[in-house]
Amino acid sequence: MSQHSRVMTLYKTLLHLGKEYPGGYPYFRNKLKNAFMKNSSLKDPKEIDSAIARGEFVIKELEALYMLRKYRALKKRYYED
Amino acid sequence: MSLRILVGCKRVIDYAVKIRVKPDKSGVITEGVKHSMNPFDEIAIEEAVRMKEKKIAKEIVAFSCGPTQCQETLRTALAMGADRGIHVEVSGPEYETLQPLHISKMLAKLAKDEQIDLIIVGKQAIDDDCNQTAQMTAALLDWPQATSASKIEAKDGSLQVVREIDGGLETIKVKLPSVVSADLRLNEPRYATLPNIMKAKKKPIKKLAPKDLGVDVSPRIQVVTVEEPPVRQAGAKVENVDAVIEKLKALGHA
Repeated sequence: MSQHSRVMTLYKTLLHLGKEYPGGYPYFRNKLKNAFMKNSSLKDPKEIDSAIARGEFVIKELEALYMLRKYRALKKRYYED
Repeated sequence: MSLRILVGCKRVIDYAVKIRVKPDKSGVITEGVKHSMNPFDEIAIEEAVRMKEKKIAKEIVAFSCGPTQCQETLRTALAMGADRGIHVEVSGPEYETLQPLHISKMLAKLAKDEQIDLIIVGKQAIDDDCNQTAQMTAALLDWPQATSASKIEAKDGSLQVVREIDGGLETIKVKLPSVVSADLRLNEPRYATLPNIMKAKKKPIKKLAPKDLGVDVSPRIQVVTVEEPPVRQAGAKVENVDAVIEKLKALGHA
């Protein structure tokens, strides 16, 4: 996959994940767009790679956040300890 | 071992949504409300997928019963790793009075038709909290059951299951074929990623009617009334320690 399409995939994946964001989708979408725009002037392929890596890290963090949020909600509802 | 696993996945109102009761108290508002897969069923699917990854299982069939939108729930199951889906369409008033017994009958029939070796379902759905489907399915099939599983290990022809019971754990061994229901701590379900959801659109979903499975879904119950839980009473502020003690004494705590 070319670097450009990797960036596009990353953006789409993050947008998809943002639909469930506790703070609301519009808030998340704004933040996401700003974060990508901030790095839009990057030219060095290495720097772009590290920015993509950071984005992929955020994906993992978001998935973990959603998983924990659901787990905690269920634990509170159904388990006493 | 190469098991064929049937997993039940129910479409319920999303866990994060604030539930509202209809003004006429006939049920809860479902129109325009976000729905998703029952979290306990997600755990069930995840367990089946992990068994497939360990080459214990060869095929995972996801089952859902309900209105057309249940197909979205099945897509999520397919995106998580199920191989194909079966959707039994029941909608309108019949779905509102559908009971775990009906679902159990459907699961039992499908288990026979599809030569299933293991049925995994969530221990309960977060909407009606019944916790009956696994037990009744096992009874209808005359298969052993392992409910509220928090760990499953497959050992030739049988499963060793750790169950969550009041105040502790119980380890049991069940012969296959059997029915297992998943508890909260069984595993951490994976997230259905966007590319996997896209790929899942190519996986087949078979659509059936209840009568194809010989199940009569005409209402057996009538919903009399659905009420909101009582509103929690507001607390009160007190000025100083003496006032606290006085209040506690008045309530009979000291």
